[in-house]
Amino acid sequence: MEEKTYVDDIDRSIYDIKDVEDDDFRMQEGLTEEIIKKLSDEKDDPEWMREFRLESLKIYNELKVPDWGPSIEGLDMDHIATYVRPKSNMENTWENVPQDIKETFERLGIPQAERKSLAGVGAQYDSELVYHNVKDEVAEQGVIYTDMESAMKGEYADMVKEYFMKLVTPRDHKFAALHGAVWSGGSFVYVPKNTDVSIPLQSYFRLNAKGAGQFEHTLIIVDEGANLHFIEGCSAPKYNVANLHAGCVELYVKKNAKLRYSTIENWSKNMYNLNTKRAVVEEGGAVEWVSGSFGSHVGYLYPMSVLKGDNSRMEFTGVTFAGNGQNLDTGAKVVHIGKNTSSYMNTRSISKSGGISTFRSSVVVQKSATGAKSAVSCESLMLDSDSRSDTIPAMDIRTKDANIGHEAKIGSISDDAVFYLMSRGMSEEDARALIVSGFADNVSKELPLEYAVEMNNLIRLEMKGSIG
Amino acid sequence: MNNEKLLEVKDLHVSVGDKEILNGVNLEIGTNETHVLMGPNGTGKSTLGYAICGNPSYSVTGGDIIFDGESIVDMAVNERAKKGIFLSFQNPLEVPGVTLSAFIRSALEQKTGKRMKLWDFKKKLKETMELLSMDESYAERDLNVGFSGGEKKKAEILQLLMLEPKLAILDETDSGLDVDAVRTVSNGIKIFKERCEGSLLIITHSTKILEALTVDTTHIMENGIIVKEGDASLVEEVNATGFQELEI
Repeated sequence: MEEKTYVDDIDRSIYDIKDVEDDDFRMQEGLTEEIIKKLSDEKDDPEWMREFRLESLKIYNELKVPDWGPSIEGLDMDHIATYVRPKSNMENTWENVPQDIKETFERLGIPQAERKSLAGVGAQYDSELVYHNVKDEVAEQGVIYTDMESAMKGEYADMVKEYFMKLVTPRDHKFAALHGAVWSGGSFVYVPKNTDVSIPLQSYFRLNAKGAGQFEHTLIIVDEGANLHFIEGCSAPKYNVANLHAGCVELYVKKNAKLRYSTIENWSKNMYNLNTKRAVVEEGGAVEWVSGSFGSHVGYLYPMSVLKGDNSRMEFTGVTFAGNGQNLDTGAKVVHIGKNTSSYMNTRSISKSGGISTFRSSVVVQKSATGAKSAVSCESLMLDSDSRSDTIPAMDIRTKDANIGHEAKIGSISDDAVFYLMSRGMSEEDARALIVSGFADNVSKELPLEYAVEMNNLIRLEMKGSIG
Repeated sequence: MNNEKLLEVKDLHVSVGDKEILNGVNLEIGTNETHVLMGPNGTGKSTLGYAICGNPSYSVTGGDIIFDGESIVDMAVNERAKKGIFLSFQNPLEVPGVTLSAFIRSALEQKTGKRMKLWDFKKKLKETMELLSMDESYAERDLNVGFSGGEKKKAEILQLLMLEPKLAILDETDSGLDVDAVRTVSNGIKIFKERCEGSLLIITHSTKILEALTVDTTHIMENGIIVKEGDASLVEEVNATGFQELEI
């Protein structure tokens, strides 16, 4: 185990390098009405947002901490700084981003990926965006991709007001209320009707400040007949105090539109990741979630799809990797409302060195949703006997003609497969890493190449030192 | 014959769990020699193959295995592979997530410590696949996933030809193959001999796979020991009369 810690420290290095905290502004820790008002002042919120934040705070104080999942006792809101503003304006060229912050994103490969394979990039550092840019040809298509703050005050102010936290309301749960009160940063995307954005947009969220929270809001509207692939990446260096991520993602997929939302989450292992993601899909539309969860100390994450329109559909492809000290509670939810709607969830979870991985699925078919089809398939791989893996499916079917399937498998790495790979000269560590990568290939196959490579590197890193 | 010794198995005892399967096997293979290992089912032929490769489920409880002048019994599987021991599996495993091509390239890199230039690698792989009448598309498919029995065996021989080991142990590589496939595989083995001057230990029940080869020694195994040795004619004898009629 000594060995493992050592290797981990070396290999997480690109994620773990901490920048010296040189903030422009750091909110005092805790959560009070004064702090929320101060936040509104700092951010120069419009009036409706000032009220929205205060109302959310009230709701936050009324709601209970969830008692059905992993413990979040280690999270003390009185010791979380909810707003940390980096010393940088939002820039649209990397040259203008301060050197240390720019270097952080370079280590994470963001500017390189932007040059090679992305149509636009947003980069958030602590509570604010430091970079946002969209390629000219995509901007010319009328695609709007900007930070939430600019969107809220600019040309799209009405649209933001119409959609902001209407899908995930502050009443949803305690951390949605918290998000409503202290949100900062995130991205706004609008894809006009019948516009096909052929290359992906990406937002990357980096939390550098110790003992801080990140509460970015992502709002995406894909208008009728349009098509978008959005990628979200997240990471943070490890500290010995709790950090909190309570972001919120709201996706509006209009008639016959299609949105793919891919996430590679690699928060550090002192992070409480209490994130809420939801999509509403209109007639004939489709949402596809691709989700890799690797980091965090505790995670609650269940992207939800509301299949509102007839013939709308969702697919969820996910992998969760819980290592030592991690308790990751992940899954997906779907609500079928429209007729002939379909949902498909395909997930893999891996647990190792005492890690706990729980998969929850919830399938609801409402009375109106005749002809609904749903299939859930989850597979778990436990790498040793210290680890734990649970599957908790829930179904609420109100129609007679629904076609529902559920399949769950659980297993361990086959010694024969390890022997086979080793007999060709591969080390045991590499052989195991390869088998685990193969197990997670439902997700890596769905990711653009660079991200699939990154994901396999993450698996390799998690597998380091796991032998003996 | 009289070649330099490549492999010496000395009074080898091997157990799986509590059960002893090999009870004192002696066997020598010289460089560039072709040996055949025959015997009734369940006598320990595959066990010998696994023990030479170093499968950790098979524990050596006595005796020694010397390869290239060095005892290898305490060596890990991958170290033995790097020294030049190759086993063609009776049932090659399916490994999703890595393509046949990427797997071979990575194995080559492990062995040589160098990364072969992609273009050179692809060229050699393509040529070798042609020799084995393998469709090129298999190179980019996940290792053995959804391969037919025949294609799996060909993929093993492809790895053999690409990795060029000093000793290849072929564990019933011919079983379950149609006539044409056996011929292709047999031809592939012949090419291995010609190119690499490698040694072979062929575990088989049939003679078809041996058609393209010159057998130096035949070993008959029963109940965990070698009971008879002879030249190529012993293979014919076994096939004509069966094991029970053999004079031991």
